[in-house]
Amino acid sequence: MNPGIRGIAVNTFRESARNKMFYLLVFFGVLFALSSRLVSFLTLGDAMKVLKDTGLAAINFFCVLIAIFTGINLVYKEVEKKTVLAILSKPVRRDEFILGKFLGLALTMLAALAAMAAIFFAFILLNGGGFDWRILLYFAMLFLELLVIIAVSLLFSAFTTPILAFIFTVSLYLIGHVMWTYNEFKALLRAPAMKVLSEILYYLLPNLDKFNIKNEVVLGTAPGAATILYTVLYGAVYTAALLALAVLIFRRREFQ
Amino acid sequence: MKALEIKGLKKSFRSNFLIRRYDILKGIDLDVEPGEIYGFLGPNGAGKTTTIKCVLGLLRADAGEVSVAGQPAASVEARRRIGFLPENPFFYDYLSAREYLRFATSLFAIPQAEADGRIAALIHRVGLSGHEDLKLRKYSKGMIQRLGLAQAMINDPELLILDEPFSGLDPVGRKDLRTLIFSLREQGKTIFFSSHILQDMELMVDRVGIILGGTIRRQGRLSEMVERSTQYYEVVCDRIAPRELAQIQGDFASRDGHFILTLPSEGDVNLVVESIIHNGGRIVAVTPVKMTLEDIFFSEMAGGAPPAPTSRSGETGGGAR
Ligand SMILES: Nc1ncnc2c1ncn2[C@@H]1O[C@H](COP(=O)(O)OP(=O)(O)OP(=O)(O)O)[C@@H](O)[C@H]1O
Ligand SMILES: [Mg+2]
Repeated sequence: MNPGIRGIAVNTFRESARNKMFYLLVFFGVLFALSSRLVSFLTLGDAMKVLKDTGLAAINFFCVLIAIFTGINLVYKEVEKKTVLAILSKPVRRDEFILGKFLGLALTMLAALAAMAAIFFAFILLNGGGFDWRILLYFAMLFLELLVIIAVSLLFSAFTTPILAFIFTVSLYLIGHVMWTYNEFKALLRAPAMKVLSEILYYLLPNLDKFNIKNEVVLGTAPGAATILYTVLYGAVYTAALLALAVLIFRRREFQ
Repeated sequence: MKALEIKGLKKSFRSNFLIRRYDILKGIDLDVEPGEIYGFLGPNGAGKTTTIKCVLGLLRADAGEVSVAGQPAASVEARRRIGFLPENPFFYDYLSAREYLRFATSLFAIPQAEADGRIAALIHRVGLSGHEDLKLRKYSKGMIQRLGLAQAMINDPELLILDEPFSGLDPVGRKDLRTLIFSLREQGKTIFFSSHILQDMELMVDRVGIILGGTIRRQGRLSEMVERSTQYYEVVCDRIAPRELAQIQGDFASRDGHFILTLPSEGDVNLVVESIIHNGGRIVAVTPVKMTLEDIFFSEMAGGAPPAPTSRSGETGGGAR
């Protein structure tokens, strides 16, 4: 791998690995996932189903939280604290910097997710459940979603403050999860121009619901191979486009 | 070939609402010969850091050309040959000096085996031995500055660009840095450093460029600049009556029983000295008084256009950022 990208990725990973906040969030993710046991006592119905449902949701929530909070600072902090000066004056191109940052955070999320998933699997086994490969598929899809989220927050981090980046990223995240209502929304529009605009917007906004296969997994089913392949492609293309945009913006930047 | 050549470099900043434009660099021309120590001198806000950042591509110049050893400075190739110490540097505070330097070697793709030896040597060279495994958040300002020097040398660069390298260093540190810079020149490196501290410059540089109001006012060998600028001669004498002395040279001062005369040229000195001896006086000393870099600096500051950027900086400082 390109030395610049690798060096920056490793260092980005190390930054998270030395951040207490990171462990705290992972810890809470695990804690909430395990507390699904309590929920399953309190609710009627299939206890294992509730356990999986609530546990996966907790892991999902905390992973997204870690990704957003780390992502919105990723580039901003480097520029603000001027650590970027000593790096970009070395033979590191700006696209390498952005890619390194992205991969570093992706690696971080992989580690966080792997840790949470391992504990969660052990927890299911302890509670009399069996190993279900569909849950593994769920985590894989979640990771894909996290890549999109990282790319979104990184893009905003490349030109704006963490607060604004947070607001933008969270907005996109929320919109991305109600995209299934989009057709109803479109039906409300009358003007043809608005219809065209909404059509364009439909393809620009991230359709994050595609990545969430929790309901299927909990019910013991899974999307077909074609759907999964399509989702993987979608995630890859969307992430690549975001990164390309982030690079374009970052190339234009000046460092005071 | 020049180690560094800047031609017609221009840079302006716009205020927040893009309404006002501040021309900070108005056409910088300077060149640095290989193997020399070049001092980039200018008052606060003159545009030193801006120039350096344009050279490194951290700021986009509006116009002008910059080349490093004949290559465009913006190229990755050129940056392989450069070592840069930013002004008031900051490095990842969750790393130790050793870890940071290792990170730096990874960016240059220096093999691990070679890197470790180089890092150990550099840590010793900048005087951080014993602190190399301490996290940078526990470093003092001077220690960070030393690490900054080490990371600038990590790729064994031909050209070192140091922005205010002496800031934050105590007298020992300053002396160490002078020794370091001299040893780098001995190795054949080129050193380009900025400062507004005249004393640092005067002690070390081969050539100096004075930047003021966004242009280079003077550039040349420091020795020549100073040599050509013998301003006057000072003659100290005694054992002569003030009244007699006044007839030889009307204008003099007296101090501790000596008389001090200030003469504009060598010719005057001969005449005056002869007359004093002739009148029974004694010559204590004849000293040619040369301009110091400080005098040159202040005469430039007084002589030229008003130092616009400094007067403006207070106004734009925060708002334009
Ligand atoms: N982003 C900006 N917007 C507007 N003006 C700026 C900006 N950055 C720098 N300046 C102005 O450019 C001028 C030159 O700044 P620069 O940092 O290059 O000075 P310097 O010579 O390095 O000074 P010092 O000795 O204090 O480090 C200053 O007047 C400063 O206010
Ligand atoms: Mg400066």
